[in-house]
Amino acid sequence: MEFVELIKTSRVDNVTLHTHIGKPVEVSLCVSSHHLILSARKEGVEELWILHQNIDAVERKPNGMVGGTIVVKCKDFRIIQLDLNSGYEKFVNVANSLEWLSTLDNMTLLYPFFYRPVYNMLEDGWSAFKTESEFSKLLVPGSNEEWRISYVNKNFTICRSYPSAVVVPKNIDDETLIAASKFRHGGRFPVLSYKHEGGSVLLRASQPLAGPGVKRCKEDEKLVNSVLGPGKKGYIVDTRSQSLAQSAKARGGGVEPEAHYPLWKRVQRPIDRQAVYLDSLSKLVDACNDVSCSIDKWMSRLESSSWLSHVKDSLNCACVVAQCIDQEGASVLLHGSEGLDSTLLVTSLCQIILNPDCRTVRGLEALVEREWLQAGHPFSLRHKKSCYSVGGSSVVPGGNKSGVIKGQQACTFLLFLDCVFQIHCQFPCSFEFNTHLLILLFEHSYSSQFGTFLGNCEADRERLELSKKTVSLWSHLNRPEVLPSLMNPMYEPNSKVIWPSVAPMSLILWRELFLRYSSALADGVSTRLKAASENTIHLNVKDKELRSKAAKLRRQLMELEKEAIEIGVLESPTSALLAESADATTGGTEEVAKNNSYP
Amino acid sequence: MHILSAEKMPLTTMGSPLQIRCKTFLSVTFVLPKERDCQEIYTTLQQLSKPVQLEDLYCFDYTASTEEVQKHVGWNFFDLQAEFQRMRVPNDAWSLTLLNKDYELCDTYPRYLFVPAAASTTVLMGSSSFRSKGRLPVLSYLHTNKAAICRCSQPLSGFSARCMEDEQMLNCILKANPNSKFMYVVDTRPKINAMANRAAGKGYENENFYENIKFQFIGIENIHIMRNSLQKLLEACEQKGPTMNNFLSAIEASGWLRHIKAVLDTSNVIVQAVQEGVSVVVHCSDGWDRTAQVCSLASLFLDPFHRTLQGFQALIEREWLAFGHKFVDRCGFLAGDQKEVSPIFTQFLECVWQLTNQYPCTFQFNERFLLALHDHVQSCQFGTFIGNCEKDRLDLRLHERTYSLWGYIANHMNEYMNPLYAAEENTDVLVPNLAPQNIRFWRGMYCRFESGVHPREVMSDMLLALCDHSSSLEDHIRLLTKRIDSLKSKIDSKKKSGETKVEEKIEDCVDNKTSYDKEISEQDEDVFKDEKVNSLVTVEQLASELKSVAVEWKTLRNVRECNCSTPFDHFSRKCHCWRCGEVFCTRCIDKHTALPGHDSQRAVPVCRMCYKELRRTFSIDSA
Repeated sequence: MEFVELIKTSRVDNVTLHTHIGKPVEVSLCVSSHHLILSARKEGVEELWILHQNIDAVERKPNGMVGGTIVVKCKDFRIIQLDLNSGYEKFVNVANSLEWLSTLDNMTLLYPFFYRPVYNMLEDGWSAFKTESEFSKLLVPGSNEEWRISYVNKNFTICRSYPSAVVVPKNIDDETLIAASKFRHGGRFPVLSYKHEGGSVLLRASQPLAGPGVKRCKEDEKLVNSVLGPGKKGYIVDTRSQSLAQSAKARGGGVEPEAHYPLWKRVQRPIDRQAVYLDSLSKLVDACNDVSCSIDKWMSRLESSSWLSHVKDSLNCACVVAQCIDQEGASVLLHGSEGLDSTLLVTSLCQIILNPDCRTVRGLEALVEREWLQAGHPFSLRHKKSCYSVGGSSVVPGGNKSGVIKGQQACTFLLFLDCVFQIHCQFPCSFEFNTHLLILLFEHSYSSQFGTFLGNCEADRERLELSKKTVSLWSHLNRPEVLPSLMNPMYEPNSKVIWPSVAPMSLILWRELFLRYSSALADGVSTRLKAASENTIHLNVKDKELRSKAAKLRRQLMELEKEAIEIGVLESPTSALLAESADATTGGTEEVAKNNSYP
Repeated sequence: MHILSAEKMPLTTMGSPLQIRCKTFLSVTFVLPKERDCQEIYTTLQQLSKPVQLEDLYCFDYTASTEEVQKHVGWNFFDLQAEFQRMRVPNDAWSLTLLNKDYELCDTYPRYLFVPAAASTTVLMGSSSFRSKGRLPVLSYLHTNKAAICRCSQPLSGFSARCMEDEQMLNCILKANPNSKFMYVVDTRPKINAMANRAAGKGYENENFYENIKFQFIGIENIHIMRNSLQKLLEACEQKGPTMNNFLSAIEASGWLRHIKAVLDTSNVIVQAVQEGVSVVVHCSDGWDRTAQVCSLASLFLDPFHRTLQGFQALIEREWLAFGHKFVDRCGFLAGDQKEVSPIFTQFLECVWQLTNQYPCTFQFNERFLLALHDHVQSCQFGTFIGNCEKDRLDLRLHERTYSLWGYIANHMNEYMNPLYAAEENTDVLVPNLAPQNIRFWRGMYCRFESGVHPREVMSDMLLALCDHSSSLEDHIRLLTKRIDSLKSKIDSKKKSGETKVEEKIEDCVDNKTSYDKEISEQDEDVFKDEKVNSLVTVEQLASELKSVAVEWKTLRNVRECNCSTPFDHFSRKCHCWRCGEVFCTRCIDKHTALPGHDSQRAVPVCRMCYKELRRTFSIDSA
């Protein structure tokens, strides 16, 4: 398939562009192989470039032979309206192109495969967060370590969604792992996710295939039970509700039979399934975009979207797990059904709470890499479509084609980012990064010039040779030109566990994200908020400078003092005692000084 | 005084619970083992929290500790005439009238009133008699473009009554603004309320009788609806273990945010009219609740001065105190009609808070200031808000018998500063975006004492500490540079007089010095020149100077309690001692003194230990 076939009309002039702010403007529209480009062709007016991959829905309203209106709804919540009056054919061609190009199935045609950076990379993000280095602290050779890296999955045959390297208990051999994987949904046998400083660990897996007849698997039991040291206990936390877990049994899934995991206590911490998230997001974004409704209407729409409830439930579950690990010193095995969504959401949030490293820029990158990318969250599938085209009110005819499987699209990752945002709000000085980084991650996870979020698992990424053919987002973010813009000026490293409040009044709408393309942040609101954060940076920089300057001057003064005593300009300490008496004020000092030096 | 209500709960096995609700939105329950004690305390609290006369209020007994302000401080900070002078009133179009100097025209208005110069005494008297409670239209704010905001109460129009003088009065107001052929009359009530008032011989202006006015109803609800709404809002906050949806729907059902938005929207309408050069006359029923809210907010939108600490106090003096917002009744200071109580002023403060969210660098004061204001309006510790109008306050001789809140505030200024305030950005008229998404629930006010729900790290406090720290270091650096300079010149002159041994070393230092000089701001340079030759200090002095300024301050994070074991909660201010850099509670850091290591020798906060130490060295020295 060639791009030429998909782009019948590549340029239309005299298009009227409506955005969320300001008056409509006259622009020229270009459809390139990867971007929709809108240019006013005036100096000082920025062009608008939208990646086709970012387009969630294309709505068309034909207007006879004149042309028609195309509404482009993006995955980053932006909505633009384009009025084309250069004839019906051009209108249809453009709309078709946008639809086709935004739903390409062949991943190698996507922009990351064509994007070439114009800067030099200092560090390759593709190799920055290898399992070996990430767990290096755990795996010091020769030490009394109980964990090892297993390459049993190096061909991705044991578990399609796992990475080639996983961390498992040292005394469990690969054969046991293979057997255990057969007992777990999708082969996702229990692996180490995080080890806390007290020694308790967080494991994740998928549901056991216990089925209705309570099947068991000796190897899985051996694997799970071997994690607990003598006298230790553990919790198996299930993110499904009781009824959901029960009904999973009928379909061959289910829960671990308690009798065979004697030291583990099973707990249910239900959070909603990923399938409802997108619907919830869709309602939320619709409500955010409607700035003309009454405040009561807004409040009830905010409520009925349930988005904040999902945030609360997720945080709550993460806090419970973190509490087991930190305060009870117990280990936790976490799973839902497939172990691809809610499981990862909770394990990653747990680490934000427990592990100070995850609150740094690199740490967050590593966390996303470990718990989402390598752990096999199917980004390409989940982010194929977003809130404007799935669920909610705006289902587009013709929009749902080419590989969109109903129920497979979700925004679990966005929910994770929102939860991190909430913790960030409550601990604004404990994070090295600012919330802008979270927004960047959101954007790039949906559409990007970087290959990081392409594919559904490591197997996909290796097949596509992403590390050779595309640039990693981490390479970009870690550049010295970019990094400073992600830094939180108020950061003071905090080595403690941070416990967020999950009370309803503590959780707030993420305005900078959800309202940024709604006119609620127009009229200079966002500019003023930006100015405030710049002021913050300025104050911090100034204080830092003053601090080092004061230290420098102090050192210099001490040296001079020594020298002055040496050459006898200053009197030695004892004899000066009396003279010191009058120096309460600066005026006094001068007088004393005179007396001292000219006796 | 803060107690809103005390309530005895049903007896339990533990004893007799007594729930106390405060006007600061604190709610606590004590369990007393003996039922009789509970009853006694209950009765006592009932009596004490609701005295019968104003003279029994706390402010008449309160005495500030010796180091605090004098009694008279603050009472003279604001002067209505000066405040209008600032708006260049009186002028050709507006003049001062003394008709009310003995409060005869209207006893709930201030003594000095500003009215159109063209309005004759007859017109004023006539208009006053046609307005509810005699509250005739007078100037509230004059914008730079000559458009004015005037406030009054509803006309006694009934179904068809007219009053020539009142019609002339409004015409005079219209004519006082040469730039517009018409003006707005804004009735802030919902139309139905105004209609109902007609039956009682009151009502609203008939567009047919008044020339060139555009009449508008806006629809802010009355005090009773506001009171009930707040009640519901508080219930929403007090739900036990609510789900997200319970909470949101309870907030929605309270209607509180809708009322807040209505007040802001109305103010915005007025501001837009004024910006277009059209004058506005505002009233509600009596013109002291809704009118006070929207007039003061409109001034706040229009005039940058009112967004400063001082200007905001002036605004409250003018629109709320002078024009007779009934603080005694609305805040329920005395036993009496609880139907008169309503959170009108609280709503005003909340509106301001909503604006600060959108304008983080435009207001000189911070959230803590708004909360302090709210609490002290209720506390009756200061005489400022006692009485229902200017006349009451004068009769009570409050300025002689009580302290002023403004004096207290002036003494605690640095606690109330917004560290992000940028004066150069505070110049324009505010144009806030009042989309419903931007109106938020004010957790800091209504959930203030719910200790678990607030951010664990308070950005604004950290920033405030940072600014203090910077300012301390700047001062210290000035002194250091001075010292270095004088030492250097001393060594130089010694060197010239034959000493060559350490020449190289000195040259090193001189090199250093030039690089430092560049960094030093120019204003200091003159000082150096003067002192270059003379000043020199002793080793001890240098040591004590260095010791007296902490370069590093302890972080505010994870400080759970002060040395005096007072626990910190979210809203208690944590202070740094400028000498040792440790963190203390406000009570432990009440001492202010100059530090030897500061160039300016201004008094700065220090902890008691450091204070003692500084005093000791001082007394040894002077002995």
